[in-house]
Amino acid sequence: MSEAEKTLPLDQWHRSRGARMVPFAGYHMPIQYEGIMAEHRWTRESAGLFDVSHMGQLTIAGSELDAALERLLPADMSLVKDGRLRYSLLLNDHGGIIDDLMATRRGDTFYLVVNGATKEGDIAHLQQRLPGTVALTHMTEQALLALQGPKAEQALSRIAPGVEELGFMTGGSFSIGGVDAWISRSGYTGEDGFEISVSAADVTRAADLLTEQAEVKPIGLGARDSLRLEAGLPLYGHDLDEQTTPVEADLTFALSKRRRAEGGFPGAQRIQLELEQGTITRRVGLAVEGRQPVREGAMVVDGEGNDIGRVTSGGFSPMLEAPIAMAYVPAAMAAPGTQITLSQRAKLFQARVVPTPFVPHRYHRKGAA
Amino acid sequence: MNTYFTKEHEWIRVEGDTATVGITDFAQAQLGDVVFVEVPSEGTQLQKGKEAAVVESVKAASDVYAPVSGEVVEGNQALVDDPALVNSAAEGDGWFFKLRLSDNSELNGLMGADEYKAFCDSQ
Repeated sequence: MSEAEKTLPLDQWHRSRGARMVPFAGYHMPIQYEGIMAEHRWTRESAGLFDVSHMGQLTIAGSELDAALERLLPADMSLVKDGRLRYSLLLNDHGGIIDDLMATRRGDTFYLVVNGATKEGDIAHLQQRLPGTVALTHMTEQALLALQGPKAEQALSRIAPGVEELGFMTGGSFSIGGVDAWISRSGYTGEDGFEISVSAADVTRAADLLTEQAEVKPIGLGARDSLRLEAGLPLYGHDLDEQTTPVEADLTFALSKRRRAEGGFPGAQRIQLELEQGTITRRVGLAVEGRQPVREGAMVVDGEGNDIGRVTSGGFSPMLEAPIAMAYVPAAMAAPGTQITLSQRAKLFQARVVPTPFVPHRYHRKGAA
Repeated sequence: MNTYFTKEHEWIRVEGDTATVGITDFAQAQLGDVVFVEVPSEGTQLQKGKEAAVVESVKAASDVYAPVSGEVVEGNQALVDDPALVNSAAEGDGWFFKLRLSDNSELNGLMGADEYKAFCDSQ
């Protein structure tokens, strides 16, 4: 990294709680407090508080906003009602993924949350591509927390009454003990939970209030990664990049029905063709035999030892107590149950394609039991 | 019985011409939760400074290097079966392997407990 890492608003807060800090996405970030395994399990059993203030929070406002965004994203923005979130993808002209993001309609603006490592590039891209009638604001004074786990609602509703009314992928304005917050029911662990946007000036108070709840412990980036891997959620820069299309990445749910038919987003021709004819490779989940983790960079090999694919994320699943991975494999080998051979540091591993998520999602969908 | 330490954070406990090798408590704390261990099998000839074992935590894979040369007389099967022993008893039951020293003079360049502690404090 060429420039020194910046500090986030909660830097001292993390350090005073014994966090081990590491450079990540240009910031000093907490990788762990008591240990990745314990933090991972705590999140799945109770509630974990994550500082994700490195992520980019943007607002976009202006005339014909939906149409302007639809020229950059494959989502049907007309379906995104006020207070609703939509997962989408910034695409380049070849259909490659510039970033993945969450877009929320907040009145007459869209609120976007983009990845920390890619936010500067995203902003440059948006400023270049959005029409002059639309204005983008980077909310640099805003911090972002995530509270994730089966007891997240219980803990948060005690200090932010009303959040229990939110269904999965909806958000609204709330107060956490007097701190103004935008809270959505969303996250990156596969658990029920919330993402909480507060001003940097208030974030220490919000984090204190949250961790005062008996259900809540602070959780580092290490567990964030193992949780999202178990949830089958791709990580930008690892499982997704500018050379990968949404069809290859098995993210076709992010391609809205109307947009598939109409096109009009970057790379539409290629993506429409891929939807029709399939792709050469596809992202799949793998259950790896034995106990040794197979990590990013390991190769998928054929019977003669030729490289035919690549592992893009891999690690040890604390819940399954077994190694799991995501990999791009030839489409003909993407069906669940297919045996896959992996090569890592000159050693071969046997794996099997499995459906994802590896650990079932437990989102709070309104109307569901 | 003498215990020696390396800059690679291994410990070597010597009794006669047999040495027991593991990683230090400092090393296990750095690694975090250990989920996989591979130890050399009996009869393997190890060369000082060369890869001898593998230890993987949730975060990362690391090699364990042979701190001294010799022939492996035992790999710790209990550790293979329960890799978390590295975290709970790094300098005890979490040993990696035992070897028969081929050159006792290789011990001369290693650190004692006090020297190793000072080395860790400087890290």
